[in-house]
Amino acid sequence: MKSKFKNFFKGGLGQLAIPIIAICILVIFNLFRDPSFFSIAIQHNNDGNIVLSGNLISIINGASELAILAMGMTLVTAACGGQDISVGAMAAIAGSAFVKVLKSTSVINGGTVIAGFLLACVVAMLFASFNGTLVSVFKIQPMIATLILYTCGRSIAYWINGGATPTVSSPIINAIGSFIPGIPIPTPVLIVIAVAILFKLVFHFTSLELFTQSVGINGSAARLNGINSTFIKLLSFIILGICVAIAGSIGVSRLGLINHETLLLDIEMDTILAVAIGGNNLGGGKFKISGSIIGAYVIQMLTITLYAMKVSSTDVKAYKAIVIIILVVIGSPVIKSKIQKLISRIKARKQNTIAKGAV
Amino acid sequence: MQDNALLQMRKINKIFPGVKALSEVDFTLREGEIHALMGENGAGKSTLIKVLTGVYQMDGGEITVNGEKIVIHSPQDAQKHGISTVYQEITLCPNLTVAENMFIGREHNPLVNKKAREKKADKLLEELGIPARSTQQLGSCSLAVQQMVAIARAVDSRCKVLILDEPTSSLDDKEVNMLFKLMRDLKSQGVGIIFVTHFLEQVYEVCDRITVLRNGELVGEYLIEDLPQVELVAKMIGKELDELGALTYFEEEKKESGEVFYEAASLSSSDALPFDFKIHKGEVNGFTGLLGSGRSESVRAIFGADKVTGGKVKIKGEDVKITKPLDAMKHGIGYLAEDRKRDGIIAELSVRENIILALQVMKGFFKPISRSEAEAFADEYIKVLNIKTASKDTPIGSLSGGNQQKVILARWLLTHPDYLILDEPTRGIDVGTKLEIQKLVLKLAEEGVSVTFISSEVEEMLRTCSRLIVMRDRHIVGELKGADLNQTQVMKTIAGGESENEK
Amino acid sequence: MMKKKFGSLVLAATLASSLLFAACTNGGSPAPATSTPAPDTSEPAVVAEPATTTTSDVIKVGVVNNPPSESGYREANVKDMEAVFSAANGYELKTAYSLKNDEQLQAAQGFITEGVDYLLISAAETTGWDEVLKQAQEAGIKVYLFDRMIDVDESLYEAAVVSDMSAEGDTAVQWLLSQNLDEYNVIHIQGAMGSDAQIGRTGALQAQFDAGKMNCVVQQTATWDEAEAKKIVESVINSGDKFNVIYAENDGMAKGAVAALDEAGIKHGVGQDVIVMGFDCNKWALRELKAGNWNYDGQCSPFQAQIISDLIKGVKTTSDKKIINEEKGFDATTITDSDIDTYGLGE
Repeated sequence: MKSKFKNFFKGGLGQLAIPIIAICILVIFNLFRDPSFFSIAIQHNNDGNIVLSGNLISIINGASELAILAMGMTLVTAACGGQDISVGAMAAIAGSAFVKVLKSTSVINGGTVIAGFLLACVVAMLFASFNGTLVSVFKIQPMIATLILYTCGRSIAYWINGGATPTVSSPIINAIGSFIPGIPIPTPVLIVIAVAILFKLVFHFTSLELFTQSVGINGSAARLNGINSTFIKLLSFIILGICVAIAGSIGVSRLGLINHETLLLDIEMDTILAVAIGGNNLGGGKFKISGSIIGAYVIQMLTITLYAMKVSSTDVKAYKAIVIIILVVIGSPVIKSKIQKLISRIKARKQNTIAKGAV
Repeated sequence: MQDNALLQMRKINKIFPGVKALSEVDFTLREGEIHALMGENGAGKSTLIKVLTGVYQMDGGEITVNGEKIVIHSPQDAQKHGISTVYQEITLCPNLTVAENMFIGREHNPLVNKKAREKKADKLLEELGIPARSTQQLGSCSLAVQQMVAIARAVDSRCKVLILDEPTSSLDDKEVNMLFKLMRDLKSQGVGIIFVTHFLEQVYEVCDRITVLRNGELVGEYLIEDLPQVELVAKMIGKELDELGALTYFEEEKKESGEVFYEAASLSSSDALPFDFKIHKGEVNGFTGLLGSGRSESVRAIFGADKVTGGKVKIKGEDVKITKPLDAMKHGIGYLAEDRKRDGIIAELSVRENIILALQVMKGFFKPISRSEAEAFADEYIKVLNIKTASKDTPIGSLSGGNQQKVILARWLLTHPDYLILDEPTRGIDVGTKLEIQKLVLKLAEEGVSVTFISSEVEEMLRTCSRLIVMRDRHIVGELKGADLNQTQVMKTIAGGESENEK
Repeated sequence: MMKKKFGSLVLAATLASSLLFAACTNGGSPAPATSTPAPDTSEPAVVAEPATTTTSDVIKVGVVNNPPSESGYREANVKDMEAVFSAANGYELKTAYSLKNDEQLQAAQGFITEGVDYLLISAAETTGWDEVLKQAQEAGIKVYLFDRMIDVDESLYEAAVVSDMSAEGDTAVQWLLSQNLDEYNVIHIQGAMGSDAQIGRTGALQAQFDAGKMNCVVQQTATWDEAEAKKIVESVINSGDKFNVIYAENDGMAKGAVAALDEAGIKHGVGQDVIVMGFDCNKWALRELKAGNWNYDGQCSPFQAQIISDLIKGVKTTSDKKIINEEKGFDATTITDSDIDTYGLGE
């Protein structure tokens, strides 16, 4: 245990160091600012369930969609060396498909919700494979390829339901978006855990991780080792599609309403940033899903901290940008190697003084 | 020490976390000499060069140029003191002109006269006897000329020390000779040249002095005439060369066994013209020819690495279709690619992951090799092939070239291929590892594996192969075996002429 | 070389298809305004009756509007136009929808050359319309502005039928004052900063804050984003600050705020701890009102068509060029089902 801990710092700047340090700084900052910031209350919500509440819950709960999208985005980034900027628009499409099914019946029961979610998945996977095909088969840069959906995705979402803000109300939707009766933890948080476990299982029972990294690091070598890189890239997009469908459905369920213009608005940038803060190389290759998840929570904690400080929400974006720039720059290879050099120099000096002392 | 000493490095130390890469190393370069820096991979050659060029900071020792103590913190510092380097990989821009490549980034005046620059470039090119025009696009020159332009760029302006790091590894003999002429010219102008290479013959052809390093320590400095080739190798690997003798002796026993494993009839790909080829079980054959003769392209066609455009392929007498690498792998064919960096290693992944990659692909997407299994495989092959790595989780990119190559070999051995194609497996690799790989090839053949072995060192192929296929201008021009397997005959066939009838 | 060419071909194709997307999104953009109305057929819902009856007593109206996908407001607005300027009422309606000013200008020009009798405009931007409106005047086409004002001389249009956003704010704040609370601790969730609706609906409340009559707990913009509104309210709840009014500048944000209250177990609505106020009068929002979950919803009327129609047919006349579209505020205790049917937007 101790040696592991030591290794972590010895490797010095292991991939997770930056996001974890960022979280620690934010936690310390908040404790200093307001010792009760992280206090968690247990109370009854308006449906009479016992639920947890507090800033910590808001952070973990609020980052759910971001965390799920970041997991999928990590795969796409690793395999294709680029990012999908249409996740927000695609989530609006998936969410609209979800609502479409829900509104098609007079009574919403478990079956309708599952059918709706499955349709959302299918729709999102279709659009994702459109993106994926452009990237993997036609070798268009991911950002350019996904720009198309980014631009027109929300209009497509509008077509699906026709209305501007269709609403759905049902205890089941409410349970998905906020709390399941009897469970005090917000359901979106549980969904994030489920998705993370699912990823872990996929990595355990398939060679996805190895193949994706190989394709991302050295596509030519991967091909000569028999890996079908087109398929791996396409697959990464399809998996992201599923993540988008989940995130979109959560987004809809939170408020029981879909606004195609604002659902998960600007989430693509936060998603890419979460991947970057997680220490993943945006140019593809080696990745750590856990890094991206932590990255998502860093971003959300930052947002909630700024809100708690009553920073005007128009300014929040600017402050967020400053902090994120600092994090990403610190995580850049240039700074990393500089710090590593510094550490080794300090160590060498220490050794020298010890040696001299011995003489 | 010496009155004409140009560069002196004294008691150089360099420590990496956990490793002493250089320990009290001395090195002296005199005016107007070509000085070979020799040693196996990991001996400390490149570390020493990197200290000299400011890529690494030394942890102890001193460097003097013309008796004056200097401090080098960056490549710019090195350049300022007249130390220039030309690396193995050409680091110029192929889409700029020769003149631009020679001067860009070194002119301090932002408003350059293009004409004047071209004139200056042409003059320098002529002086150095480099067959290129200043206005030509660099990419349109041959690799050798590009290499020479890189040297011209390096020697221009106040260069006293020129470091050539493996400049010849991608050149053919004619091009190497051109380069050597240039080196001798520079030498006569008083430039001191440090020459790093793995080609022993080249050392003896062009160098005046040799400094040998081993395990980060200085073995000694020798005049070329005092150190026969065999002794040099002995000094480099630190033991006497019984093994080398044993290997040459082995030649007698190479025989063709009966069963044909692989047979291709007018096989062609997007890059290879149609050719016929077959290999027997347990046979080692070679493809030889100059660079661009089509030898690599032909074996790539066998593996399905390029788009296969025609031909019939039989494995053990049965018709098969091989259109992509996975097909070939499933039929028991392994292929170690020529360009290790581009087509072989997955640099950021661990040694373990690199070893299991091909086997994993063959097992399939849904049957991942467990961590413990993978570690067992890695341990096994690290031991069998004597791979020098800090651990099996070390990224392969941080290993030395020879050890990277061993990892890639391990990757293919792990798939237990019936037929292994090795394209330049020993390029850029130290003598010790070269021998190990050659021995391994012969051992595999003994076990019944068919091997196709390609090397630009003919001598190496003669030692391992029982049959040589000679290519010229993308055609097979001869097949040599038995008594014909000797250097002269191979050269004759490659060059064309009397042995044409061999076909 | 080949590959490159192929690549650019694909790119061109995708571009073309994205243009097609865009064209459809805008409901046929300026194209239907020109003499070839072919693309019209792709969107029959928003296209006028084909010109089968070209008798002189049919009034030709060209409407330049924002696309219905813009908002629930716009959707209702477009439907209202279609209903009022129908063939049954003696009109021939031509429409062009775009969020972009230059496309709108082109469309207007198209209508002028086509020779409509009246031109109705809800502009994307307030500037750049002089030239086109002068052309219309020369061609003898009468121009009405609706929903949005344009920066041009008053002589260039007949009348402008618009909402008075600050009146909406006034009505809402007056209603709030009439509740006679002991103290007013208000969470103020604003729309996209700088938009007409935000400026209008913020004004009256800000005046109360400035006068010290109401206490501003937090004033944040959620840029019309429901989820953002929820975060803002959540953050106030977590900080432990006391509040008893939520003033959200549209229905969606009010819904987001209510979701935060529900999760925290804070009672809201008629006779409860927190008063919830929204704007826009979406049907679903009015239903929340009726159920007593919310307290107030302010109308932002998209129904200008009837007023304009009355002006065209001379049923109504006006001396003032700017006609304010009268707007209501609904109280949860007094709202009726027929109100929901009449004034509610959406389904």
